[in-house]
Amino acid sequence: MYSDKVMEHFTNPRNVGEIPDADGIGEVGNARCGDIMKMWIKVENNIITDIKFKTFGCGAAIATSSMITELAIGKTVEEAEKITNRDVAEALEGLPPVKMHCSNLAAEALGAAIADYRKRTASTA
Amino acid sequence: MKRIYMDHAATTPVRPEVWEAMLPYFSTEFGNPSSVYSWGRSARKALDSARDKVAALLGASASEIVFTSGGSEGANLAIKGVAWADQNKGKHIITSAIEHHAVLDTVLWLETQGFEVTILPVDEYGLVDPAQVEAALRPDTILVSIMHANNEVGTIQPISEIGALVRARGVRFHTDAVQTAGALDLNVDALNVDLLSISAHKFYGPKGVGALYVRKGVRLHPLIHGGGQEKRRRAGTENVAGIVGLAKAFELAQEEREAESARLQKLRDRLIEGLLQIPHTRVNGSLERRLPNNVSVCFEFIEGESLLLNLDLRGIAASSGSACTSGSLDPSHVLLAMGLSHEIAHGSLRLTLGRENTEADVDFVLQEIPGIVERLRAMSPLYQG
Repeated sequence: MYSDKVMEHFTNPRNVGEIPDADGIGEVGNARCGDIMKMWIKVENNIITDIKFKTFGCGAAIATSSMITELAIGKTVEEAEKITNRDVAEALEGLPPVKMHCSNLAAEALGAAIADYRKRTASTA
Repeated sequence: MKRIYMDHAATTPVRPEVWEAMLPYFSTEFGNPSSVYSWGRSARKALDSARDKVAALLGASASEIVFTSGGSEGANLAIKGVAWADQNKGKHIITSAIEHHAVLDTVLWLETQGFEVTILPVDEYGLVDPAQVEAALRPDTILVSIMHANNEVGTIQPISEIGALVRARGVRFHTDAVQTAGALDLNVDALNVDLLSISAHKFYGPKGVGALYVRKGVRLHPLIHGGGQEKRRRAGTENVAGIVGLAKAFELAQEEREAESARLQKLRDRLIEGLLQIPHTRVNGSLERRLPNNVSVCFEFIEGESLLLNLDLRGIAASSGSACTSGSLDPSHVLLAMGLSHEIAHGSLRLTLGRENTEADVDFVLQEIPGIVERLRAMSPLYQG
């Protein structure tokens, strides 16, 4: 059902954890539907230098969270913001159609973390 | 890698004695039971003998057995069959919230066709209250369908008690016994049922064949028209090999039932006890009124599919009532009906034991699961250490 790439990220997820002094934190999904993603980002000179996640959810939810951290790290905030759920699915060599909507939330989670970062920088500026 | 199958409520392997009994009816004895010549007579003989065996095991007469394509067809035939035959008497049907979808969806479809449906709640253990069944009976009630034991949590219903109340009012009573055939006694008089459906592949018989018991005098409209087979209750050339397999498997299961149930129950209790050692774990269903092979637990803060994938990587086959595995956006309707929150229901795990499982299998599963749960919790934003 899942591609080898999905299973690889599922079994060895990258960047699991929290960043205590994060510059932005985002959380999406809800326990009712079975998927919650939380992301922490560290931003230096407008570049995402570190990113960590925690996810409650199915195999696809964990693999997409892991994959987006790899895609986003080292990118500018603007570049990272442009990553779509489709990009994540493609990088994972596809997701089962039923998972495209319910568990493919990583771009929203990252977007929420970036929005939080923007809000914080705007209020301190 | 060693593989451990613990999903016997989903399906079971065909026993060698069963497929050996079936084999001639695919080749040398391939005849159509309706034909008059020797091939047909031989197939007819096999069919009659299978029907006699199944009837005897249920405490019924041969004419009360209708062979079907499995549990779903059995439930559909029982429910739609009685609903259509008795609709001049009334259009009210009662069932419970934890039925298999073969029953629930059939009843809900009938609701769209002008029938009225009462879906009874269950308590926290998944039990239907006979007093609530009685209270729900109306003058226009024609049918009650309550499952014998639940496929997800293993809760065994007070079928005989419910049957007495329902049948005393002249209302037809069906039980879905798909999970209990081979595990519990299915004497139809002791159970007080008018209709009872079973499926061969749940007790080491082949897929695609089942049987429906229909008490003498119960009128049934067929789902499938076309021929005089099964006393006009189910048209179509009989699945002779499958029916022979069902009868053989049912016979073997009944012979070994008590010893095997006792053995499985011990393994089950060790598994439950071991899993409850994991913090934030709860057992689903009743510990007393429970199928001998059913283990159902919820691990808080994690989701079922990721648990199943991890178990599969270690060679263990199990199932879950999480949304991802229930094929919808909601987790199991059974767990929700028992009052569990969506969040907790997503973290359910079902292990159902069977003939080939050993104590060593239980040890292996108990050795693997705690680490998997811990790892997934460490990754979960819901878990606060």
